[in-house]
This record gives sequence, C-alpha cells and structure tokens, in this order.
Amino acid sequence: MRNCGHIDPENIKDYITRDGYQALGTVVTELKPIEVIEIIEQSGLRGRGGAGFPTGLKWKFTHQAAGKEKYVVANADEGEPGTSKDRLIMEGDPHSLLEAMAIAGYAIGANTGYIYIRGEYQLAIKRLKIAIAQAKEMGLLGENLFDSGFNFEIKIREGAGAYVCGEETALLKSIEGERGEPQVKPPYPTNEGLWGQPTLINNVETLANIAVIIREGAEWFNEIGTEGCPGTKVFTLSGDVENEGIIELPMGTPLRRIIEGFGGGMVDDKEFKVAQSGGSSGGCMPKELLDTPMDYDSLAEIGMTLGSGALLVMDETHCIVDIAKCLMQFFKHESCGKCVPCREGNKRLYNRLDKISKGEGELEDLERLRDLADTMSKTALCGLGQMAPTSIYTTLKYFKDEYLTHIEDNNCTTGSCRGLVDLEVQDKRGGKDYGNNN
Amino acid sequence: MAEVKRVKRTCELENKRINSLRELNDFKEEIREERVGNQKRAGVRITTAMGSCGIAVGAQEILEAISDELTTRGLEDISIHNTGCIGLCEQEPLVKIKIEDQPAVFYGNLTPELAREVVKNHIVDNQIIASC
Repeated sequence: MRNCGHIDPENIKDYITRDGYQALGTVVTELKPIEVIEIIEQSGLRGRGGAGFPTGLKWKFTHQAAGKEKYVVANADEGEPGTSKDRLIMEGDPHSLLEAMAIAGYAIGANTGYIYIRGEYQLAIKRLKIAIAQAKEMGLLGENLFDSGFNFEIKIREGAGAYVCGEETALLKSIEGERGEPQVKPPYPTNEGLWGQPTLINNVETLANIAVIIREGAEWFNEIGTEGCPGTKVFTLSGDVENEGIIELPMGTPLRRIIEGFGGGMVDDKEFKVAQSGGSSGGCMPKELLDTPMDYDSLAEIGMTLGSGALLVMDETHCIVDIAKCLMQFFKHESCGKCVPCREGNKRLYNRLDKISKGEGELEDLERLRDLADTMSKTALCGLGQMAPTSIYTTLKYFKDEYLTHIEDNNCTTGSCRGLVDLEVQDKRGGKDYGNNN
Repeated sequence: MAEVKRVKRTCELENKRINSLRELNDFKEEIREERVGNQKRAGVRITTAMGSCGIAVGAQEILEAISDELTTRGLEDISIHNTGCIGLCEQEPLVKIKIEDQPAVFYGNLTPELAREVVKNHIVDNQIIASC
C-alpha cells in the first residue's frame, strides 16, 4: 500500500516518480529468471491470499515445470466477506500489480498474464484498464520490454460473483469459460493450470510486494514482521470498532493493538466479545486471545487463521450461535455442490444450528456438529468445504457455555435468537410501539 | 471574475516510449522537476480520495463543491489531484490539503458545505478547522 494515497492511480507518471517500473527494468536487463526467484525465496514472502504458501517456492515450481506456454494469473477475486484490501491496491496503485505480474512472467517464463477480478469491482477494472493502456503506450508492457526481447501482455477477466471462484482451480476453470468448480489436486496449477499449462497464481497483495522486494532487497523485507512471516499484512478491519478501514502493519502485530490502536476501540465502549479473523472461513477469537500476534504461524498454532486479513470485530451484543448460523447460511449458499461433504455438510451444520437457535437443540447436537466438521475438513474437495467449519470448531472451543445456555436453559442472553426471546407489549415509549415478535 | 487557471495534472504521454533503465530514470527526473516547479507555482495542493468507498459517500460531490468554491473565489494557484482510498474508509469523504511549507491536513467526513468552509478557512484564511 506504499503508494496508496500518494499517487493518482490513473496517471502512470505518478507511479514512475515513486520508482515505478524500476524493478521490472532491473529484472529483465540485469538478472536471470532463477536469480529473481532466489530473491523472492530469500525474502520469505508468503502468499497473502490466505494459505501462506512460500511465494518463491511457487515461482520455482512453475519455473521448473515443462509446458509449451506458461501463464501468470493474479487472483483478484476478493470474495471473502469483510475483505477489501485487494480492491484498495487495485484502485489506488494498479501499476504495482502490473509490474509484479511482468516480473513474475519473466521469472517463470510466461508471456501472458490474466487478472481474474470480481465483477463488482468496476472502478478497479476501469483503473486497471487505464493502467494497462498507459503501460503499453510507454512500452512498459507489450513487446520487447526495456529492449530485452521479453514480451508480456496482461488481460482482464471478470468474475460473475461466485465465492468459490477464489479457489485457484475453480478460478482457472472460470477463465477457460467453463463452470467455476474446483478440481482435484494434484496436479497443481504450477504443473497443470490454465489450459493444462504451468500456471502461477498469486494473490494481488502478494504481487504488490514483489517490485519493492526487488528494489529494496530480500534482507530489507526480512527485517519487517516475524522470522517465519516476514513483511507486512494488510488487514481489513470492520464491525463494532470506532474506525473501520484498511491498515498495513508488520506481520505479528497483536490483535489488541489493531483493535485499540487503529480501530480506536469498541463502539460506545461496549465489551469486546469476539473477532473473526480471516473472513467467513476464519476462526472466532475470544478476548483471552487478544494478545495473539497476527501472523500465519502464531494463529495456526491455536487453530485460527490469518486468511485474507479480514477482521470482523463484534461486541457483547452478538450471539455466538447466531454468528455461526449466519456463517453456515453463507457457506450453504456458496457451496458449488460438486462434492458431497461440502454440499450436504454445510446444509446439515446450518440446520442443526437453526435448531439450537430455536430452543430445540439437544446436547447431542454439539457432538454431531463436531463430527460433521471433522468429516468436512478431512474430505471436502477444496478449501471452501474444508475451512467452512472453522467457526464451528473455534466457537465450540471458546464459547461452549453459550451453546449450552441455548440448549439447557432455552435462553439467548443477547436476544439475537428470536425463537428464544419472549417479548411483551408495553406502553408506548418514544412514540414507538414495541410489539410482540410473534 | 478572473479566469481560473488551476493546475490539473494530465497524463499526456506524447508517444513516450521507454527502451532502457536509463531512459526510465531520465523520464522520472524530468517528471519530478516538472512537478516541483508546478508545486512551487501552485503553493496549495488539494487531494481527494477517490476510492469506491469515498465515491460511494459523495467524494465526487465534494470535489465539485471545492472546484466550484475555488472558481467563485477566483483562486488560481491551486493544484487539484485525485488518489485512491488511503484506508480510512470510516472517514470518507476525505480530502488532504497541503500548503507549501506547512504540514498536510486531512479533513474527513466532509459534506459539500464543510468542503466549502475548508476552502474559505484553510486555503483563504490559512486557519485549520480543528473539528468538522
């Protein structure tokens, strides 16, 4: 995000004044592809889309793979609810993405790149198109870049709103014009991706780090963040905090500092209850985990995920059962239906949570939820089904009492589960009638 | 009323093609020098955050109100720019005012009326508005 807010995204000259395209020029005129990959490997950069896979390794696998043609794909299908970091980068600094894709193309041996972007991001699409046109006009994209003989072109493909298309194999199918459904892995896209050819897929935020790593060096990057997770992470902070927005911080920054520092604390000084980290497929962190360093390794150790960097903060007025039910409703809707564990599992998880929220739950339901979650995480075809039950695991671990209150006492202390709340008609107050919910 | 000649940055590339790192560096220096010159001439720089979060809550209207106020007041030496979201989505619409040799000031949660006040108080009278 180093250029966001400092440049006019529709003017390539602004990007150039902030050392734009220097890294690409250096790479194609002074470095061999394998040297570029070594720099990225040494930097320790890990994928910022959620999985945290080492980027240099991914580049190396694609570089080594044999194919008649190779491709670079930027995953800009930012469908994770509560995440808008990639939108900010593409709207505010589109050339950083283009430059990185061209560098990646040179490193792995590709001449074509695709940006797969969610269709709702019309402003980002417009600015990317302007940026591509300007870069081509100046010879910074297209043929014979920096008189090196290296050619690279970038095409934009718009998604049509399916959450599952953020999964890399589904994304590739969508680019190919087929139904966006995940494929069995292996083979991995690094060996058999777009049209069966070796394909490098990186998240937008990951790519936005590339040019600056080339310019400043791997050591500089290593000095930021933690030992296992160098660099920064962009967080999208939303929910019951005073300041919602997007912030870039060193990896390993404690959750408390993000909420109290940038977030300005809780709205109306209410009590913090839970923060969901990583989007809908992320874990629910209770207040005893507020001092957890926010990086891939620290969160994985406690069964949480950093994911896309979404942070949805909720106060004491939210009901855990209601939150879990809402999340399962989302996954029930977004499951592509290809594999049974996900298609049926999400539906069953939702039904059981719905039952609990209506006061019809039994203790046995909690065991069933856990069993089903285990089955899904072990057998679902892709990350959607495997990760969907994360909120079930984490809420059962940290908020079991609240489930028990719903089941044993038929009580929802926050009043969110309408089936468990008795409302009585009282006198008019403030000119409004407070009616019975029935 | 005097004709307003505000400095609006354009992106005319004039078939400029970069063939080497050296040409890129030369071009960068050329733009920087031009920018420094423009900035000194302008003295005041107004930057509006035009990400989709800003536009959704009226950044375009803020920009129009500021342009209109500048025209009405016949203010010529103003440099107007757009940028993307800076991450403070909660504070949108957001405008940055930078007067030469003074620290930059951000104004958030603007309305067209407040934006006109910012032009009057900060740019004309050089009085920072502490709270909008």
